[in-house]
Amino acid sequence: MLQRVRSAPPRYWLVVIAGVFFLGLPTTVSSFLASEWGQALILAIAIMGLNILVGYSGQLSLGHGAFMALGAYTSAILAHRYKVDYLLTIPISALFTGLVGFLFGFPALRLSPLYLALATFALAVVTPSLIKRPEELTGGVQGIVVTQPDPPGPARDVFAAITGSPMTSDQWIYYVSLFCALVLFWVAWNLIRHRPGRALRAIRDGEVAAAASGVNVAAFKTLAFGISAFYAGAAGSLYGLSTGFVSPDAFPVDLSIQLLVGAVIGGLASIPGPLLGAIVAYFLPIGANQWVPSQDWIPDQVASTVKNAGPAVSYGVLLVLIMIFAPNGIVGLVRQGYELLNRRLRGAGDREAGQMPPDPQTV
Amino acid sequence: MQEFFQQVVSGVAIGGIFASLALALVLIYNAMGLVNFAQGEMAMLATFVALTLINRGVSYWLALPLTLLIAFAGGVAIQRVVIRPVERAPLLALVIITLGLATLLNGLAGFIFGYVPRSFPSPFSADTVDVVGVFISYRDLGVIAVSGLVLLAIYFLLQRTTLGLTMRAAAHHPEASRLLGVRVSWMLALGWGLASAVGAVSGVMVAPILLLEPNMMQSIIIYAFAAAVLGGIESPLGAVVGGLIVGVTINLAGAYVPGVGGDLQLAVGLAIIIAVLVLRPNGLFGRAAVRRV
Amino acid sequence: MSPFGPRMAMAVGLLLAIAGCGGGNNSGSTDPGITSDQILLGNTIAQSGPAAAYGTIANAEQAYFNYVNSQGGVNGRKIKFKILDDAYSPAKTGPLTKQLVEDDKVFLMFSGLGTQAQVSVRSYLAGQKVPQLFVATGATTWGKDYASNQWSLSWQPPYQGEAHIYAKDVLDNHPNAKIGVLYQNDDYGQDYLKGLTDGLGDKASLIVDKESYDVTAADTATQLAKLKAKGADTLFLFSTPGFTIKSLVIVTKLHWEPTIYLNSVSNPQVYMGVAAKSGAALKNITSVGYLKDPTDPQWANDDGMKLYKTVIANCSTCKADDGFNLYGVAVAYTMVTVLKQAGSNLTRKNVMDIASGQLNDSTNPFVLPGVKIQTTPDDHFPIMQEQVITWAGTGWKLQGGLIDERGTIK
Repeated sequence: MLQRVRSAPPRYWLVVIAGVFFLGLPTTVSSFLASEWGQALILAIAIMGLNILVGYSGQLSLGHGAFMALGAYTSAILAHRYKVDYLLTIPISALFTGLVGFLFGFPALRLSPLYLALATFALAVVTPSLIKRPEELTGGVQGIVVTQPDPPGPARDVFAAITGSPMTSDQWIYYVSLFCALVLFWVAWNLIRHRPGRALRAIRDGEVAAAASGVNVAAFKTLAFGISAFYAGAAGSLYGLSTGFVSPDAFPVDLSIQLLVGAVIGGLASIPGPLLGAIVAYFLPIGANQWVPSQDWIPDQVASTVKNAGPAVSYGVLLVLIMIFAPNGIVGLVRQGYELLNRRLRGAGDREAGQMPPDPQTV
Repeated sequence: MQEFFQQVVSGVAIGGIFASLALALVLIYNAMGLVNFAQGEMAMLATFVALTLINRGVSYWLALPLTLLIAFAGGVAIQRVVIRPVERAPLLALVIITLGLATLLNGLAGFIFGYVPRSFPSPFSADTVDVVGVFISYRDLGVIAVSGLVLLAIYFLLQRTTLGLTMRAAAHHPEASRLLGVRVSWMLALGWGLASAVGAVSGVMVAPILLLEPNMMQSIIIYAFAAAVLGGIESPLGAVVGGLIVGVTINLAGAYVPGVGGDLQLAVGLAIIIAVLVLRPNGLFGRAAVRRV
Repeated sequence: MSPFGPRMAMAVGLLLAIAGCGGGNNSGSTDPGITSDQILLGNTIAQSGPAAAYGTIANAEQAYFNYVNSQGGVNGRKIKFKILDDAYSPAKTGPLTKQLVEDDKVFLMFSGLGTQAQVSVRSYLAGQKVPQLFVATGATTWGKDYASNQWSLSWQPPYQGEAHIYAKDVLDNHPNAKIGVLYQNDDYGQDYLKGLTDGLGDKASLIVDKESYDVTAADTATQLAKLKAKGADTLFLFSTPGFTIKSLVIVTKLHWEPTIYLNSVSNPQVYMGVAAKSGAALKNITSVGYLKDPTDPQWANDDGMKLYKTVIANCSTCKADDGFNLYGVAVAYTMVTVLKQAGSNLTRKNVMDIASGQLNDSTNPFVLPGVKIQTTPDDHFPIMQEQVITWAGTGWKLQGGLIDERGTIK
């Protein structure tokens, strides 16, 4: 056993460290920061779903915000109207959204990547007005308030024992989100490692060749849509819980773009990519809007320009720069750096046996 | 009955606006096989440039060609700086870059010019034409007329000149064109410049009606996409016809289909896009693409 | 062992440092946000995205606070105002509000914008016992639902109250009107519509048609053509400024000359100017106002207007002509009034009590003469008076006197 631990590749240590970091986070930082990181984790789940669709199966969707909205509203309606326990609604919403996504996948089969992008973009733009329409169901513009649950007894006791202060709702919700993220990332990792992942990648890299090799292209593509929507639905459900409120304006087209940004910045077709991308996509606008003006060492002109130009400009600039200089995102950069380091240190390349070469972007 | 005709005529009026932007989208597609999500924002920014010139005292008829030149140069510049590095990248990269560009330009316009809506001068008077109780303004007619002229110019360029042929060759068969000595990259830049100029025309024609503000084009870009897709994304004629059809459809749907009302006009636009893409992906005037194995 | 371990530890340490930096210094017995020389106020508003035109309000408020600080502040304390951009999305308002309350430890939240956005944080702020003062929306729920939301308060006249005034005006001046209503399909438009219907009472049948539009609409031609075809000779525009302007142009285009009632959010003179330049005939338009309009020549020598111009000159991004800026300065004046009234008892509870039940201010130089900003234990709408204005070619003309709607909304 010890032998296995010692010879485990560095990647596994990274996962352990990340796990410890996220588990311990709420014990050391303020409740507010914990809720912020919770939101980033929720975004990571949605981006993971998008990644399965875009990065692994090669279908471009610009409308995943709509699936998040579906998941969020399903949960909110079940909890608010039918008094279902909120935590129970999370898997229900995820399954329902996954089913809708799966059905969505059928017409999507007929669309070329560009047209799929167009159609899903239009869907993202229309989503708020679609939500407003069935007023009795969705509460229309008034939205639906989601009561945030108090932490349950055992969790509260454990937390108090470790930190000495009572656990807040936000911190409990953080742990719920973390749990979901861990489970869903683990599922995605397994999917990708095994046959479904290989099939999807084969389809992405050459549909005709994949079909010729016996892969059921249509089935896998629609399945990818369904799975990806499942993740978005789960994320949406957690989103409603974390913000305490669902309303049409909480799901503008900017959300779908934010998901795509996160997916690309983190690095498509990778497992850690969505997490890293979510962290950047979530904290960048906050950083641009608040952190920059508060730093004294940044000259006033620059700071006020950044603040006034707003997150839009910094997002846009970042997106363009990343696509030009680092199209494989952060993970791609890290891999490149690692390869470079390896070559320098060991002379020859030292690829671990059995590891697949990193995915280039070929959508 | 009169109300019905008024709805149709109003639909034609707004459809002309969709058509003018759709023409720019079609041009980019012809140049690059790409839908430029930033087209509307580029057009809006060009219109702001025009307004700035006019406010500085430049006469409208001088500001207009100047703006077109600046827009053309801007389009070329964007292609050289932002698009060319990712020319050979997969579609996803290009889509994301244009999205990033759209976000960037919108934020820039808001930052520089503020968000209060402004009026924009029009060479056409705001008076209306009265045809048996149905009304359309000269400005609306002007938009349609100018779109028609632009359409003719594009058709002439693309179908009847060597330059146009070269552009299309570079877009559809870049490798073969290179072998024949075509500077493919510069053809793409030209395509972007032209699309940008056409977008500027659209912006300048449309701003008097929609009011100039950073979010001006965002309200119509989806409809413009629907128009381009409906008409066949390669076809400039399709863009114009598509625009008019989309305009009339959303107006009639809003007026007469119960349950749609005024709220879901955009959803009608979405429905058009999906219906066309699923039922007849090449639109009305597009050619069926043969998929090479 | 991977080299990333120590780096993770550093990241955690960095986070701890950031978390620790959040709070302001706090002398034990006062509420958060109050120090011996500073009062910290928090705000969330749309400064980017579709509603960014409203963002200037916060900048105008900042300008007024700067002015007050330059005159010595409030009882020796300077006001610090932290503005965060939520792009009008309730999803952002939540975290940003939490940040202001838990991280920055503001004393109270002031002038948050957007009904959906502010409603989304209403129960959170009540739970934290942080006042949500003078939200920048006229939705009627803020004063009406005070009993269940005792930490929240609006400032401007409620939309339903404003619509009551229009209803009265119609019944007085056009008792046989055929009314058509164009309204935005959100809380804003729906609130106005309810106020109109309630105000008309059993004459609500005067409304021959109502048409709604979504903010994603390209234009309102469909709806207006329908209203005209139904024979409406009186048109109510319950729309936001951009759509109001475009609707005015379309009405002229349709060769239609109804009596038009325009809502107060869309009536700043600068917008009417844009409408005129775009081809609107602007005939027969009525609205109401409660603020002085910066472009109205009758206030040119008014002390309040001169003060406004001085104050706003220090805001580099604010256009002095923009009525939104005057609104910001006016509501900031009330905020300062409340803080001054609290004197040395600067606690959240006391400030909330004063604002919601003990306001009685007739000195605000930016509202129309005679408008009183007043709250009592039974009435939590600070402003309930407005004056009818009609468009007179180049500007609005005040008609009659102030109409008081106090007590009409239960």
